[in-house]
Amino acid sequence: MESIKDKVAIIGMGCTRFGERWDMGVEDLLVEAAYEAFEDAGIQPADIQAAWLGTVFSGVTAITMSPLGLQYIPMTRVENMCATGSEALRGAAYAVASGACDIALAIGVEKLKDSGQTGVKGPAIVGDNPDGSSEIGSGFSAPASFAYLGTRYFHQYGLTREQGKRLIAQIAVKNHDNGSLNPKAHFHNRLTVEQVVSAPIVAWPLGLYDCCGVSDGAAAAIVVRADMAKTFRPDPIYIKGLAISVGARQGVMRQDYDYVHIEENVRASKMAYSQAGITNPRKEISLAEVHDCFTTHELILYEDLGFSPRGQAGEDIEAGTFALTGDLPVNTDGGLKCFGHPLGASGLRMMYEIYKQLQQKAGPRQIGNPRLGLAHNLGGNAGMGIASCVLLGNEK
Amino acid sequence: MAGITSMGVYIPMYRLACEEIAGMWGVRATGGKKAVAGYDEDPVTMAAAAVRECIKNDSLPPESLFFASTTAPYQEKMSAAIIANSVGLNQKSITADFANSLKSGTTALKSALDAVKAGSAGRVLVAAADCRLGLPRGRFEQLFGDAAAALAIGSEGVIAEIESFRSITSDFTALWRTRADRFVKSGETRFIDTQGYFPIMQEITSGLLEDCNMKPADFSRVILPAFDARQHAALAGKLGFEASQVQDPLFTGIGHTGTAATLIMLIAAMEQARPGDRILLTNYGDGADAMIIKVTEAVSGVQTATRLTDRLEKGRSIDYGTYLSWRELIRLEAPGLPPRGEPSLSARWRQRHVIASLSGVKCRQCGLPQIHTIGQNIRVCVGCQSKDEFDPYSFSDKKASLFTYAVDHLQPTKNPPGLNGVIDFEGGGRLICELTDYDLNKVEIGMPLEMTFRKMFQGEGIINYFWKAKPIE
Repeated sequence: MESIKDKVAIIGMGCTRFGERWDMGVEDLLVEAAYEAFEDAGIQPADIQAAWLGTVFSGVTAITMSPLGLQYIPMTRVENMCATGSEALRGAAYAVASGACDIALAIGVEKLKDSGQTGVKGPAIVGDNPDGSSEIGSGFSAPASFAYLGTRYFHQYGLTREQGKRLIAQIAVKNHDNGSLNPKAHFHNRLTVEQVVSAPIVAWPLGLYDCCGVSDGAAAAIVVRADMAKTFRPDPIYIKGLAISVGARQGVMRQDYDYVHIEENVRASKMAYSQAGITNPRKEISLAEVHDCFTTHELILYEDLGFSPRGQAGEDIEAGTFALTGDLPVNTDGGLKCFGHPLGASGLRMMYEIYKQLQQKAGPRQIGNPRLGLAHNLGGNAGMGIASCVLLGNEK
Repeated sequence: MAGITSMGVYIPMYRLACEEIAGMWGVRATGGKKAVAGYDEDPVTMAAAAVRECIKNDSLPPESLFFASTTAPYQEKMSAAIIANSVGLNQKSITADFANSLKSGTTALKSALDAVKAGSAGRVLVAAADCRLGLPRGRFEQLFGDAAAALAIGSEGVIAEIESFRSITSDFTALWRTRADRFVKSGETRFIDTQGYFPIMQEITSGLLEDCNMKPADFSRVILPAFDARQHAALAGKLGFEASQVQDPLFTGIGHTGTAATLIMLIAAMEQARPGDRILLTNYGDGADAMIIKVTEAVSGVQTATRLTDRLEKGRSIDYGTYLSWRELIRLEAPGLPPRGEPSLSARWRQRHVIASLSGVKCRQCGLPQIHTIGQNIRVCVGCQSKDEFDPYSFSDKKASLFTYAVDHLQPTKNPPGLNGVIDFEGGGRLICELTDYDLNKVEIGMPLEMTFRKMFQGEGIINYFWKAKPIE
């Protein structure tokens, strides 16, 4: 099995402002993201040879891409829950790597705010069929399944309820600090630990500020064969690893799963590290965008992704390791928490931040001299996950 | 010898004090408290719980099931079939609903007894449950309670022989509800007493005693039906029973529990009975039933299992607003999650074993018990990936412990906040499920749980029964 490393490059990216885009439909979000990417790559829409659309709720087929006016090229809609954006990039990258095309578009979009709901619409159970054909009735919210991680983590590592709440609150504070520097983020407010721990509870131990925003948005990437990349721009970004790991509900059906990690995260990151030749992720990775849908998930991700030893993420949080100024900044753009989470767009939004950071174009959020970034995206939840890890580098 | 072989009782854990109701409306409290079914309970789920206990206490498995209630959830669709399925009764069993009269519980008992005597059935379960509503501020509101009882009838392992039985049918209208009525209506009290209730009860009792050549003093206990405590006390006097013989109707402890009331009184009497004791059981409603029951030596085996006295003392108080919302007497703002789609009837049929008796599978290769989180049929083992090598495995009777949980303020429930979590079964297997009947202050990882058959959140349409976990008290 060959590694994808250095076979495909990203030469242009676009990302809309995320948020409550009452004035924008799916068509506006798609056009805004795609045309920023076209301009960034210095290409015309007619140069695109194939396209992949990722969306969970905002379209069922590739026809959803029709507002872009692409002319009779191969197009596909993909879906993998909250990892849908990353899935679109996989489709485009593999097509280019295979030689099926040279220039491809990956775009993700989600228009959540037309549902009339404050939360994310859709089945109450992950994998539940919306037609009711796999319905046994238990109801619980999306936050609840990530609350399980927190409840168990606090228990396993002997944290009191107060200690646990304060630990995860620091993640929300960090991500809001970063997001406040980002004009495209959904929220721009800073938070204090006190505000986070005293916010109304959504699903204990998760309070309002432990949960990511429900937002509209789109993000796009233009991928080409790596050997062509420098003909488009001097600073293309190379795909170093591209991995996805999907569980078979082992965690929710077997007692040997511990609910203080997510096996799919571990497997996907190991696959990606192996492709990229990374042996010490804590040292070798310059920055990471991770799937902080809820603060408890970012907590265990530090350990799942090999940044912190098991049970010791708290020490790294206290030390500021993952802050903008730390050794390994995480969610420099504000993350799902502050940037917002339009499901199909999020994976590509993470890559957008890494792409800009690697090109030294991240403005006030720019970190020192990054070489390698990790975008981690999770669909599903603990015990039944779809984990994606994409490694991007600025050197070939 | 045919008679009762086992008994089971279910009293929901919630209590509403009559003073709470009286305080709301500025009326006189009738005293005591009533048992209130949880928001996720109904006569079917309560009867299912009583039946499970009855089966557990019995020496032989049941074959058939009769269910009596005046408040069965469906007008058309048999409740007995739902209950029978939930306890894994054989498809060849005979099931029937007895309905529309407070006497239907004892009538079902008579039918079961006749079937056993005739040899057409081996073991017949008789369950009765009710959730009757009185109009807010009315006298029935303080009186009516919710509960279920179950008896097994058979000819082997009899704990109480039913020696004789007598019935009267009368078209006297005392209480009624038409199809359009939610609340029980009543005729004028003096009219009911003088023209219906007292004459009919005197006739059935004296008639049965004459039949058997017995007198009131021959009974250690007498069980008398009544609409309320006043009527109950008056009847005992008219029939010539001493106060010490009369079984407490439990009105002040759990309320008048409809069709279940007489059977619960019988269970209470049986718990205190000695071998050789005779119990006179009477029941009223569109006529009357009466029977003489003789307790056998075998009663001691079941006597301590139902623990009715203990259960009457337990219970958690709820306020009047909670009661109104649980019984859907007022409509509250919906929880945060969007409404779910209608369950598919065909999918529910495919998944009937999972839904009904929480059946999963056990892998023949690796031995792992497993149940699918969304009820899908398991074809490939989640442990060793063997295909189609499973034996059926029931989880409904397995104890479990709470592995992790969330106090979920978005969970659709009429008792917010919801509690859901990951539960691990003794002997293996894991399920994510809702919890019920919990005390949020006592929720902790590792707490012991048992499974209980409940109504799930539903839109309009069919009643979506499934299983929840509840703390073991």
